Amino acid sequence: MSTLTQTPGGSAGPGQAPPPDRTRGGSATIGGSRAGARFFNGFSHLFLAVWAVMVIYPLVWVVMSALKTDSEVIREPLSLLPKRLQWDNFARVWTEGNIGSFFVNTVLVLTGSIFLTMLLGSMAAYVLARYDFPGNRLIYYMFLSGLTLPIYLAAVPLFKGVYNLGVTLPFLGPNSHLMLILVYVAWSLAFTVFFMHSFFRTLPNAIAEAGMVDGASHSRLFFSVMLPMAKPGLISIGIFNVLGQWNQWYLPTLLMQSVAGEPKNQVISQGLIELSVNQGYRFDWSGLFAGVTMAMLPVLVVYLVFQRQVQSGLTAGVGK
Amino acid sequence: MRHGVARFVTGFLALPVGLYLFYVVWPFLQAAGYSLTDWGGYSDRQQFVGLDNYLRLFTDELIRKAFWHNVFFLITVPLFTIALALFLAFLLNVGGREDKAGIRGVFGSGLYKVIFFFPQVLSLVVIAVMWQQIYRADGQGLINGVLMGIGLVDEDDPITFMYDPEPFLGVPAVLWWLLLIAVWSGAGFYMVLFSAAMQSIPKDIYEAAILDGAGRLHTFFRITLPLLRDTVSVAWVYLGFIALDMFALVYIMTPSQGGPNHASEIFASVIHFNAFQKGQFGYACAIAVALAIFTILLAAFQLRITRRERIEY
Repeated sequence: MSTLTQTPGGSAGPGQAPPPDRTRGGSATIGGSRAGARFFNGFSHLFLAVWAVMVIYPLVWVVMSALKTDSEVIREPLSLLPKRLQWDNFARVWTEGNIGSFFVNTVLVLTGSIFLTMLLGSMAAYVLARYDFPGNRLIYYMFLSGLTLPIYLAAVPLFKGVYNLGVTLPFLGPNSHLMLILVYVAWSLAFTVFFMHSFFRTLPNAIAEAGMVDGASHSRLFFSVMLPMAKPGLISIGIFNVLGQWNQWYLPTLLMQSVAGEPKNQVISQGLIELSVNQGYRFDWSGLFAGVTMAMLPVLVVYLVFQRQVQSGLTAGVGK
Repeated sequence: MRHGVARFVTGFLALPVGLYLFYVVWPFLQAAGYSLTDWGGYSDRQQFVGLDNYLRLFTDELIRKAFWHNVFFLITVPLFTIALALFLAFLLNVGGREDKAGIRGVFGSGLYKVIFFFPQVLSLVVIAVMWQQIYRADGQGLINGVLMGIGLVDEDDPITFMYDPEPFLGVPAVLWWLLLIAVWSGAGFYMVLFSAAMQSIPKDIYEAAILDGAGRLHTFFRITLPLLRDTVSVAWVYLGFIALDMFALVYIMTPSQGGPNHASEIFASVIHFNAFQKGQFGYACAIAVALAIFTILLAAFQLRITRRERIEY
């Protein structure tokens, strides 16, 4: 900031031309002088570029390290140009490091959980937003309260509850995909209901009434009229949930530990933690970087393709 | 007709409310119950001990540490992230050349925004594992490697990052290094947020100020910042929640999940430590309830001090 405070007004150094006539062209110049403005412009670019490098450089470094041999990672950690690109690092981690099956597990769980989160979340939000019945406020505030309470508070009983359920119903017990889907849905409902509630409130009444006059049932009105009208909101909250659930690590760490002999049903976050924690004496450095790259690139690609929607979707969540 | 509505409402609410009650509400209520017992978590034996667990909180050295570390993050994470995000948004929106139409954003501001937003879409786990390698305490780490390369750091005396409990400005160094990651990953998101808010400020307000002879800095501090107040205070509340939730970084990056020697302990890691390593579920639940109360009080407090009349334009 200290450089910045000197830029406006009279920052034209000695030996430089005096500031041009301020009144020329009828509009006052901002920032004191042309030279000052040019300096400020240069400074802006410099600072922004430095921050951009600070964001990108570590990411590029991770990707390039994933393409090195282990000895290159150790001996020339900083070089961004491996001698030969080691694509088989990816293949090795994909199969031996289990990242492949963790990846598939994550996609599998998310397919179910995102669909159910969106469906159940908008159903609940719609009813709470547009129908008056006793207990409406109570249920709404129950959902809202979940937004403020820390997840760690529920961790221990949640673990025990899932464990106990698994004794009688193994497909809903620990280390089961269906259980994780339901847990993801339940924990995503609070924000989804909160967000969609405010969205359904803003939809005009006239269309709903017209639908009723035409003889549409309540559920038909919801699925064929109101839900399509809420599409912008659904996209925002959908992106929010996809990123949130893809990146979830605490719930799976708590609930998806596989005992020896059980199938490995873990998700990708757990695979990464596993890769990074098992730093034995013969550690697979390039494999670790390859794992991080594989967890990182799909989200980055999706983001780059849909960046406008992602940015507005995520910031809309804060703006409400 | 009325009957149809009741059936419809019940039908639509049954599943979501049921799931929510079982997986979210019920565990919360149970936690409050367990916090009054001495349950260890693995046996069925549990005895009602009243408020004993809560009294123990006040004498627990670890809790005291964790509390101050949380307070540290609560102040520094929002402060540094918002300051940096505002500064970046400011440069992006008024750093450009000026012409008859007034001040412009810098050239390529769209590209900068796309790049700065990157860390927001990465998971905390990816960020933590990546920074673990950046922060390595030998020449293989990115920062130590670069600094050794240019001779700023001696090869036999590298920066130890996550293994450094020595206080810096009264706070263990490891916490400052964790803070840097939080700011790195959060700044871009809030920059996009502030940038959007800045662009929604009508141009004529700026034109009027410029006609009155205000410079870039004046327009920023006297016009932009006051008009951004709402957005900044919302950002502050959100960053407060993020600051309470630094657990992923602590869990993955620090030695023995809260070390070295408990120097990076926060509420969440103390809960985890007591529940899953010391097997004191009852006590862990009491800590969690205390954290929940702390969170709610904090949210109420923040909403209260940031509330003020909206400016419509």
